[in-house]
Amino acid sequence: MSAADDEQAAVWVRAHASQWQSLAAQADAAARRAQPTVDEALRTLRTYRVLARHLATVRSLLPGGVLAAVLERTCTGLHTAVNRPPPLTRARWARLFRDDIPAAAAAVQPIALWLAALLAASACAGWWLINTYPELVSLIASPQMIDGVEHGHLWTYQILHLGPPAMLSARIFSNNVVVTFGAFCFGTLFGLGAFYMIAINGLMLGGLLAFTHQHGLALGLLKFILAHGPVELSVMCLAAAAGTALGEAVIRPAAETRSAALRRRAEQLGPLLIACALLLLGSGLIEGFISPHPQVSIPVRLALGLGYWTLMLLWLSGRLVPRRSNAARDRSETAIPQCRTRID
Amino acid sequence: MTEAVLTVTSLTGVEMALPIAGPGMRSYAFLVDWQIRLLGALTWLLIAVLLRLLPAIAGGPLAHELLLGGTVLALLTYFLYQPVLEMVTRGYTPGLRTAGARIVTLEGTTPGIGALLIRNVFRLIDALPLFYVVGLVSCMLTERHVRLGDLVAGTVMVQVAPQASGELDRLAAQARRDTLPLEAMELVHDLLTRWTSLAPQQRASLARSVLAKLEPGFNGADTALAEPALHRRLEALLERGR
Repeated sequence: MSAADDEQAAVWVRAHASQWQSLAAQADAAARRAQPTVDEALRTLRTYRVLARHLATVRSLLPGGVLAAVLERTCTGLHTAVNRPPPLTRARWARLFRDDIPAAAAAVQPIALWLAALLAASACAGWWLINTYPELVSLIASPQMIDGVEHGHLWTYQILHLGPPAMLSARIFSNNVVVTFGAFCFGTLFGLGAFYMIAINGLMLGGLLAFTHQHGLALGLLKFILAHGPVELSVMCLAAAAGTALGEAVIRPAAETRSAALRRRAEQLGPLLIACALLLLGSGLIEGFISPHPQVSIPVRLALGLGYWTLMLLWLSGRLVPRRSNAARDRSETAIPQCRTRID
Repeated sequence: MTEAVLTVTSLTGVEMALPIAGPGMRSYAFLVDWQIRLLGALTWLLIAVLLRLLPAIAGGPLAHELLLGGTVLALLTYFLYQPVLEMVTRGYTPGLRTAGARIVTLEGTTPGIGALLIRNVFRLIDALPLFYVVGLVSCMLTERHVRLGDLVAGTVMVQVAPQASGELDRLAAQARRDTLPLEAMELVHDLLTRWTSLAPQQRASLARSVLAKLEPGFNGADTALAEPALHRRLEALLERGR
């Protein structure tokens, strides 16, 4: 750079120095603000634009200098503040439950049906296996469980002694969440992890039914799982289907890169995990408070199980609350209320 | 080795670079968070155990339930600490703040709840087989130093410069004073910013040579001036007029 250029750069920098001082104060305030007013948000945007423009100029006038680095750091801080997702308002929650979750469920519906068929097939295989080779039950049940069943007692009704129902529900819920989310995560291994988890759970279910049937306790086991089982198994199939869809994105990314396809699919299916967790919370409460009680009759269990399952189907199919069209949703979300001063 | 950066484009089309946090910084942040959540979980257990010792409760039916309740709360604190804090603070935890890092999207923006939820759900895989071995190996091998959860959620951990606006304010104030040529001002500012990260002998030698060029009458060969005095003279150089 010539001396004239140096002089020109110095003049430019000194002419803008006072502006930067006020912009720095605004940038600092913008980064701290959680809920800006419309005026504050617009001012932050202006600050960001001005600083980014000045950054480009400083880079050409004083390339690689400290001033450019400091301006860049201030700009990146503002970039994160400006591009902040809106806070979770009631409207956003409503959209999640009314539109996003049913849309995610619809996207994985065919895979979920296939996985339900796999669960049924592996349950049949488990039934056949334990009926043919009863000694293999030690692979799927603990010695205490086997001993109890051989003496005519189901382990399911003894879990009441493990603690109060609320604690029991919490333990069951956390265990179910780990299994379900595990099926989702392991699905990224080209779907094989999800297949494995569904098949192994089906095999165990069929095997235990066969084992209890051999000792005349199958009806008791069915009675136990009647109230919470339908939703629990359906949720597992759904989460595994979502995981398989992630695996499919890795195998067949179409026009995108594999990582971009995986990210897009995960973003689309993420809401389904919230639905799964909530549904499991409900079935955990049923399993902790109702299922272990021998006094609860079969019709009550059947009504509860089918009722909860129907509710789940209505919600996930978007029939519980009618879904809104994309155009209507876009209209309502892009409209800025004139009378409000807060951005929400 | 060059530092990994995440290049993002601003609204005006100007490209900016965010330095990516490496495995060391990530591990440090994780360890701080781990200690906090472990302490939180142990506190619940301690409260439950101490309450059980109360004469009104000891030996009664409530004692067993108290312990179970304490265990559940301890487990909830331990397992929900990171997902809940990240979602509430949009990409920050106390550990990340201590390490000087935060979570952003690949576009450099604040991540949404969905992305934060997914990156936390994938801890199930990243934590395998134990002590986050999968996650750590993934951090070391990937270009952006991300674990599997970040890969799926499209998030990156970047270093933050909390004092950037304050630094701009100081630099602008110095520029306004018209005390030094711009390049000299940048040089002095840079030296003062990096002062603590340089070795004492190195910074003293650099300060002497800078002062010898910019301050008339300063003898660069004079080693009598101690480091703190050199630092003060550099600061004074920025403050006073030519």
